[in-house]
Amino acid sequence: MDNFFESHWVLSLLIILPLAGSVACLAAREELARHVAFGTSVIAFLISLPLFWTFRSGTAAIQNYVSVPWIEAWGIGYTVGIDGISLLMVLLTTFVTPLAILGSYTYIQRNQRAYYAMLLLLLAAMIGVFVALDLFLFFLFWEIMLIPMYFIIGVWGGKRRIYAAVKFFLFTAIGSLLMLVAILVMVYLYYRQFGIITFAYNDLVQLPIARDLQFVLFAAFALAFAIKVPLFPVHTWLPDAHVEAPTAGSVILAGVLLKMGTYGFLRFALPFFSHAATSPAVIGTVMVLSLIGIIYGAWVAAVQPDAKKLVAYTSIAHLGFVMMGLFALTTQGIQGGILQMVNHGISTGALFLLIGMVYERRHTRMIEDFGGIAKVMPVFAASFLLVALSSIGLPGTNGFIGEFLILIGTFQKYPVVAFIAATGVIFAAAYMLPMVQRMLYGEIDREENRALSDITLRERVVLAPALIMIVLIGVYPQPFLSRTAASVDALIDQVELRAVAAPVVAGASDLRFDRMPILGADE
Amino acid sequence: MILDFSSPIDYLWALLPEVVLAATGLLVLVVDVFQRGSRSGPSRAWVGWTAVAGVLLALVANGYLLEFEAPGRSGMIAMDTFRIAMNFVILGATALGLFLAFDYLRREGMDIGEFYFLVLMAAVGMMLLAGSRDLIVVFVSLELMSLSAYVLTGFNRKDPRSAEAALKYFLMGAFASGFLLYGIALLFGATGSTNLALVTSEVTRGAQEGNLLLYAGVALVVVGFAFKISAVPFHMWTPDTYEGAPTPVTGYMAAGVKAAGFAALLRIVTVELAPAAEVWTEILWWLAVLTMIVPNLIALAQDSVKRMLAYSSIAHAGYLLVGVVAGSSAGRSAALLYLAVYSVMTIGAFAVVGLVAGKGDSRTGLADYRGLGWRRPLLGGLMVIFLLSLAGFPPTGGFIGKLYLLIAAVDAGHVALAVILVVTSFVSYYYYLRVIWKMYFEEAPEDAVLPAAPGGAFRLAAVVAALAILVSGLFPGRAIQTAETVGQDLAPRPATPFSQPAVPMGVPDTTTD
Repeated sequence: MDNFFESHWVLSLLIILPLAGSVACLAAREELARHVAFGTSVIAFLISLPLFWTFRSGTAAIQNYVSVPWIEAWGIGYTVGIDGISLLMVLLTTFVTPLAILGSYTYIQRNQRAYYAMLLLLLAAMIGVFVALDLFLFFLFWEIMLIPMYFIIGVWGGKRRIYAAVKFFLFTAIGSLLMLVAILVMVYLYYRQFGIITFAYNDLVQLPIARDLQFVLFAAFALAFAIKVPLFPVHTWLPDAHVEAPTAGSVILAGVLLKMGTYGFLRFALPFFSHAATSPAVIGTVMVLSLIGIIYGAWVAAVQPDAKKLVAYTSIAHLGFVMMGLFALTTQGIQGGILQMVNHGISTGALFLLIGMVYERRHTRMIEDFGGIAKVMPVFAASFLLVALSSIGLPGTNGFIGEFLILIGTFQKYPVVAFIAATGVIFAAAYMLPMVQRMLYGEIDREENRALSDITLRERVVLAPALIMIVLIGVYPQPFLSRTAASVDALIDQVELRAVAAPVVAGASDLRFDRMPILGADE
Repeated sequence: MILDFSSPIDYLWALLPEVVLAATGLLVLVVDVFQRGSRSGPSRAWVGWTAVAGVLLALVANGYLLEFEAPGRSGMIAMDTFRIAMNFVILGATALGLFLAFDYLRREGMDIGEFYFLVLMAAVGMMLLAGSRDLIVVFVSLELMSLSAYVLTGFNRKDPRSAEAALKYFLMGAFASGFLLYGIALLFGATGSTNLALVTSEVTRGAQEGNLLLYAGVALVVVGFAFKISAVPFHMWTPDTYEGAPTPVTGYMAAGVKAAGFAALLRIVTVELAPAAEVWTEILWWLAVLTMIVPNLIALAQDSVKRMLAYSSIAHAGYLLVGVVAGSSAGRSAALLYLAVYSVMTIGAFAVVGLVAGKGDSRTGLADYRGLGWRRPLLGGLMVIFLLSLAGFPPTGGFIGKLYLLIAAVDAGHVALAVILVVTSFVSYYYYLRVIWKMYFEEAPEDAVLPAAPGGAFRLAAVVAALAILVSGLFPGRAIQTAETVGQDLAPRPATPFSQPAVPMGVPDTTTD
């Protein structure tokens, strides 16, 4: 097949292959499971990689699209496809997963078959979320993803793993369940207006929704996505989940899962409910919450004694930047936001991998337990420094490009917000550099640390791709930006158009929200 | 073949599966007496298999019912696809329940002919109840089902919990029968007939005139059924009964009795008593809300998995009531589909509980599940699938069923019910997840007893059940279409899950209200 990479098969294979690999892991011998998993994830990465070049970047059209009827009675189809935004998310997913699996090789000692099967199941679900263009399909993957993560945190996690796993599960579930009701209401409204039952994204995105109703539905979607991002008041699951999860769990959680929230805003919440999403009330709220996330995340990170927890809080700050960029609704803002999603996936993923490496050696993650280990672990120290600088957003690293674009994009519309957010960059240095300094440099003041061995060849292989990407995106971001440009511009146009076109009161509003019998008969 | 209900022979044809099942039951009872040496000894294995064979035969006979046609709506038994579909659900639940019960019955020394006889008789009662179109048949079949269930609950004579459960069940059940009978009497008084076709036409007139007798009758009938389906606040007997009864019986009651009760409720209330909708919609709306909220909250505090599942089964009655309240064709279809899935998952879950409980049915606490998933991977995996389906988590049939109920609720304008359903499902996640985390996240203590490995029949049936749940979650197209057709067949309605559009197609409605 010469046009394999322009057909949907490449996407479908990315879902099917990990599922098959997952079964293979369960069937394999205990000590072979990790190789099966790593092999599967590398193949998945190699399958997805050519998409970067076969993708036609000049157009906002959905590519690699297919729509096969699935549950015809409800107008549900197996509909998948990618645009520039989902392209980068798919590649990020397939890029991060092999690193996470390889990084678990020695860390996971028991029940390996189940562990690697869960990781591959997670991979399939994550790809599914990013390529699904049918709301039922999307919801399916969105929910399935919870199960492997629940097990990964709960079985192979740290001391408080059960608490963290359940909290993670319940937080995500409450949001998604309300989103499900909102989806059903949309399907119902579409039926009332056009006489067709459909869950297809391309149909529902054209549904006119009454302005007042938009706020209700937007709230349901936004809650689901905001929990995932996580935005400020609903972020509390994140530090627990990150700290308790095994290294690979944290890497995937930070690297990919959080992006599902921001991706959801871009793909669904903004175009569906454009009027609500662009209203001053919503924008103002999101901006304020993002700023709180940026500054609060940074401040809390600065006082963490636990390196892993520190990195967990930096995620809140970074994702705050992303949200700010997306809701600025300018080309640079959204493009920067998308790029920063990728950057954060790579940088924070690498940070969790690095912390996992010292944890395996010392069985502690407390910053004060280290000091001067650059002397015994020079390669580790150099890698750590580079990743930390990328996380701060130093020019020359990928983090700079993303944050800079976000700040420019936001400044065009909301200069004050951009001004306050820029201080977050300073705070980033204020929490990251002291950690680097206290862990890596100075004298070795603990005897245990003298015997630490530098990272092994396998660990170097794990880190190298991330380090390369950090520099590559830092000095030459153009290929990544050009692939999202058309999609982002089209999205902004669509949102602005639909925001104006939203009916003040449509036939939609005859939805009888208050038909509780006790309130009296309404007809 | 066209049946004529004025001839008694044709009634035998119409009742073919019930006749087959009842005959098998009598056969099992008689044969068992002759082949058994002592009164207290166990029966031979083939007695149980005979019962299973009878159920399978009845399934075939039930499929054969599709060949028959009965013009008019005057017969005492319905000949519509709804009855046939409900029969499939009930017979399937019976077959599955028996397959999964063999290990347990042998272990507890309950492997005797009377058990199978009672199960078959209960099934006959359930099927008649699901198909009855006459209030007298409703009452008789309800009693047949209930009396069998009372005895089954107390079947483990040596266990005081079983006896207590049976007594509670019997007393409360008798009370409920009284309500129902009184309601039927009032309906008869108001309409002059027990035949539902005649009752319906009278109800249409009575509802217009605001007939109090009629309203009281409808309300009492609804209350009588509410006992049987254990809707809050008529659920008080359920936790104790379900906890005390032998575990396979619990699973069977939770599935079969509930399915039959709902079938009757759907047929009688949403179709035949549709003209009196303003009476029962309000009652059932509140019952649905209470039945979703209360048991889900109580289940959070349970330390016994069996008792937790008992509360969970009450909560499921609440979800199902949403379909009844919707009162539409979609609501009936949704309830039907959900009943089918629910039967499989709840019987499956109780079967695992029965196996883990060990000799004496005693280890049902949450703590007994620690580390189970790693020590008995098959049991653990099955339990995860059953629990996730009960929680309504994709990609299981339980999710599709709940989605269908949600669609029906939104369509009928009951968005508030949909939201309550979703929120209470969310609450239920916690207690289902808790079993999973006990099974996988916690280590088994040193002195933990490893549950016996399940036998071949159990493995086969349970794996088939689990696969059915997954397949119905991933490829529910056929099931949905069948449910849709059946739901419409009960009372012909438009051919979509939603009611007709309020505005012409393609024309966005911009009028203000």
